[in-house]
Amino acid sequence: MADKVLMKGNEAIAEAAIHAGCRHYFGYPITPQTEIAAYMAKKMPKIGGTFLQAESEIAAINMVYGVASTGYRVMTSSSSPGIALKSEGLSYLAGSDLPALVVNVQRGGPGLGGIQPSQSDYFQATKAGGHGDFRMIVLAPASVQEMAELTVKGFELADTYRMTAMILADGTMGQMMEPVALDDLVVKPAPEKPWAITGTKMQRPHNIVNSLSLVPEELEQFNFARYERYRYIEENEVLYEEYMMDDAEICIAAFGIAARVSKNAINEARKQGIKVGMIRPITLWPFPKEVFRRAADKVNSFISVELSMGQMIEDVRLATECKKPVTLCNRAGGMIPSPEQVLEAIKKAAKGGEN
Amino acid sequence: MNKRVLLLCGHYGSGKTNIAVNLAQAIKREYPTVTLADLDIVNPYFRSKDSAAELEEAGIRLICSNYANSNVDIPALPPDLYALTDDRRMRAIIDVGGDDRGALVLGRLAPAILAENDYEMLMVINCYRPLTRDAISTLEVMREIETACGMRFTALVNNSNLGVETTAEDVLRSVSYANEVAAMSGLPVVMTTADQKLQCELEGKIPDLFPLELQKKIQ
Repeated sequence: MADKVLMKGNEAIAEAAIHAGCRHYFGYPITPQTEIAAYMAKKMPKIGGTFLQAESEIAAINMVYGVASTGYRVMTSSSSPGIALKSEGLSYLAGSDLPALVVNVQRGGPGLGGIQPSQSDYFQATKAGGHGDFRMIVLAPASVQEMAELTVKGFELADTYRMTAMILADGTMGQMMEPVALDDLVVKPAPEKPWAITGTKMQRPHNIVNSLSLVPEELEQFNFARYERYRYIEENEVLYEEYMMDDAEICIAAFGIAARVSKNAINEARKQGIKVGMIRPITLWPFPKEVFRRAADKVNSFISVELSMGQMIEDVRLATECKKPVTLCNRAGGMIPSPEQVLEAIKKAAKGGEN
Repeated sequence: MNKRVLLLCGHYGSGKTNIAVNLAQAIKREYPTVTLADLDIVNPYFRSKDSAAELEEAGIRLICSNYANSNVDIPALPPDLYALTDDRRMRAIIDVGGDDRGALVLGRLAPAILAENDYEMLMVINCYRPLTRDAISTLEVMREIETACGMRFTALVNNSNLGVETTAEDVLRSVSYANEVAAMSGLPVVMTTADQKLQCELEGKIPDLFPLELQKKIQ
């Protein structure tokens, strides 16, 4: 009856996945993302889909591998330690060029850590998802609406490039409730998947899905081809939001919940006459290098605001080629920087000081 | 609503906790001994425990798991929950966890509550939540909860809202939905709740309006 619905971030991901045609979900419960599994458990049986609570995260990601091989849209979700368990499977998906959507609603770490929000899996998601040379497309939503939109986008990118797309959210994004316009979700038809294992019906040669390749000359060629695709993605699929960057002298780099906190701080700083703006990467890989490189010629300094000990800051420094100072404003272990803390960092930067 | 025990159940995220805290405060103005019990074993976040300071100030006893808000994410229940049924001098408001999973917890209290027979079991409904958007799906959730806890609902609370974006219009639009759930379930809508900021716009337009002071998450 309503145009908008009030959803938790986790529910928005689950509902958007169903919108995108995903009918296969495999997972294992872990706070703060359990609502994704709970939602799928309620809905999948009603629409002819599969919800399966696996015996472990490792089992779940290998079930994802199985369904992905058949060409159907498939997903799993977990939180930080659970994603670590899935890393072998993520590498196998990459090695077999299979599309899948994986959701990480991050919590504080390392180890078992805690259940409060964190962004400390940035390295894991963007650089070290598993063993071997591979990349995942990493999408970082900053609202419940974006949780839904980027889930759809993630399935599309995964299919287009035959690789894993990851939603990198955090406990706040997963738990917070906001109105969502589900009717605004536009889903493009899935592309043909001639490589999928669908039964030959004796009409065509067998398709083989496999990541084992014992001839090094061949394996090298597979890696070269994959990285050719990655280069294309870096040139064509970068997403970011610029906020008040036109006349900015200070540039904040922040994604997800940190970007929301930063926006509040920027609005306050602007009232006080400080020219500060923000570049919010929406794709963490491919990282919006070019926009940061250009900003480095305009602004005096950068502040990376993160719920970690400083992970994205390395990519900001690389992208800006260290032309301007990049300082860190952070909390860790499940704590969130306050707008006041970010405002203080902005004021310090305005005075030309180190944070 | 004039019963000794008020049970608040519903789909998770329907607003049970906010209503429980506000109801406890309203009832405390009429009765000397009021207890609010947070029996949520599902959700480690957004609990009555968040309002512990306000409740203490109002002289309302809070019964909740020792592990509530401790980030120890285990479904534990407090030992003093038996006071809710043993001590009949108190008015009790019981904030139950969401869905059928959360309602399971009532299984052990149900026999005593049913024997005493001085309770209201309220279903909190919100037509802006994705799994209770219409009367039929809301009834489905109600039946699941009833099956899980072994008790039947006695009334409805219409808490239809879109969070911070809720307008008076959104609340007014939900009335026909609430009436439909009432007609299909045979239960009365005992109140429609809304952020107190909307009180002026809604006064007189909705029967049994109960303005809410929205709970803030502390930390």
